[in-house]
Amino acid sequence: MNAWLSQHLQAFRGALRKLAAQRTASLFNVLVIGIALALPAGGYVVLTNIQGVATRFLLEPQLSVFLEPGAKPADREGLEKQLKAEPRVASIRFIPRDEALTELRKTEGMAEVIAALNQNPLPDAFVLKMRALPPDQMEALATELGKLPGVGHVQADSAWARRLSALIGIGRLGMGLLAALLATGLVAVTFNTIRLQVLTQREEIEVARMLGATDGFIRRPFFYLGALQGLAGGAIALLVVAGGLFLLNQGVRALAETYGSSFQLAFLAPGDALAVTLFASLLGWLGAYLSVSIYLRGIEPR
Amino acid sequence: MIKFSNVSKRYPGGNEALRQVSFEVGPGELVFLTGRSGAGKSTLFKLIPAIERPTSGSVLVSGQNVSALKPAAVPFLRRNLGLVFQGQKLLYDRSVFDNVMLPLAFSDFSPREAAKRARAALDKVGLLDRERANPIQLSGGEQQRVAIARAVANRPAILIADEPTANLDSDSAAAILSIFASFQQVGVTVLIATHDLALIKRAGGRVLRLEGGTLVEGGDAA
Repeated sequence: MNAWLSQHLQAFRGALRKLAAQRTASLFNVLVIGIALALPAGGYVVLTNIQGVATRFLLEPQLSVFLEPGAKPADREGLEKQLKAEPRVASIRFIPRDEALTELRKTEGMAEVIAALNQNPLPDAFVLKMRALPPDQMEALATELGKLPGVGHVQADSAWARRLSALIGIGRLGMGLLAALLATGLVAVTFNTIRLQVLTQREEIEVARMLGATDGFIRRPFFYLGALQGLAGGAIALLVVAGGLFLLNQGVRALAETYGSSFQLAFLAPGDALAVTLFASLLGWLGAYLSVSIYLRGIEPR
Repeated sequence: MIKFSNVSKRYPGGNEALRQVSFEVGPGELVFLTGRSGAGKSTLFKLIPAIERPTSGSVLVSGQNVSALKPAAVPFLRRNLGLVFQGQKLLYDRSVFDNVMLPLAFSDFSPREAAKRARAALDKVGLLDRERANPIQLSGGEQQRVAIARAVANRPAILIADEPTANLDSDSAAAILSIFASFQQVGVTVLIATHDLALIKRAGGRVLRLEGGTLVEGGDAA
């Protein structure tokens, strides 16, 4: 066990030595891997952020039920009773037209507009918080409610969020495809690097074989080399994404402030960041595995 | 220790390198294999560590049938053989000590024990004081001794050397020979391929002579 561990340690150290010995070449390899990975990782980050906004709306679906302008208090009470009996509705809040007008007046620039009107143009409204419903049932409920007496107009507030969510779904698929393509590219990059490495170490491999090294022993340093390159590439990718977010966030913050929001793009969750680096090192290992499987076969002592 | 029975080797293309070779080398024996270039010495040597496989016949090493060995078992066979091949094949990107450490890196010794064995091997060939040097700084004879130290670091029971004194002056050759003799004296089976007849005369070991792929001296009756 001790010998096994020390052999692995030795292989690991050997791989580090090789990376250090070819500093420039290693640096560029790692950069290629990092930048290629940064693309899908960055896209994923942005999409996740947007989705966070969309889900917040999807988790609390709302319907606004506007009454007819001429609706009488009796109509209103009847409607309220009916809405309260509706099992798909979680809670209801009544917003009288006067209150709506006061709220609207607070909005910048609207006070003058309202002052110019000689009467309140707003209808009474109910805001309904719904229980979680599939989107098509929301639509159905909205139509159903629109037919009730005294109801002027029903608006599903989460429709835009749903469309956004669908768009994000498409975006994610695109990112997934991009990631798959670039992952293949990474395997190819490592494959080639390791192939060159195998060829430059041809003599050493030959001698090791002659002295009785097993295939496992000969392959091990190359696996470590591939995995380490992938790992370093993954770390570079995270740095690139972090840098990109830092730059983007300056603009995003300014934009969010105009909406009175403090929204900004968040970095990958620690688990996701770890997954990116581990995935990268796995790809590096895979490239090394393929390369070594093909090119070691031909190297035998003569 | 080593037993060839009716071994023939034909390379692809029809070149028959060995024909019905049979001989046996007992434990602790010092045996010279001789013959002209192209007589089949190198081919015969490659059959022992399973670098080449015989076309027919069987090769037994320490009772193990090498000709039928699975590829995965070959490394373990080679660990019990000390091989000194033509051209030494030292690695010039590391020190003498690290060259000798090479076969110990994949044996089951602790790093401390491995270093001890490497130094012991270097001591036996008289190069302990040069362990930090790069092999390129050493003379031909010294490089050959490093190759021997590397071959014996694992303390194999069998030592095989292909032309170990080629390109060496007679003094260096004598030094190399006495190193091999010292291993034989502690019970190691030593098989040396050479066409240096003076060397053989000095050592006075048993001789196997190949001619055109056939064993003409020292072999068993086929």
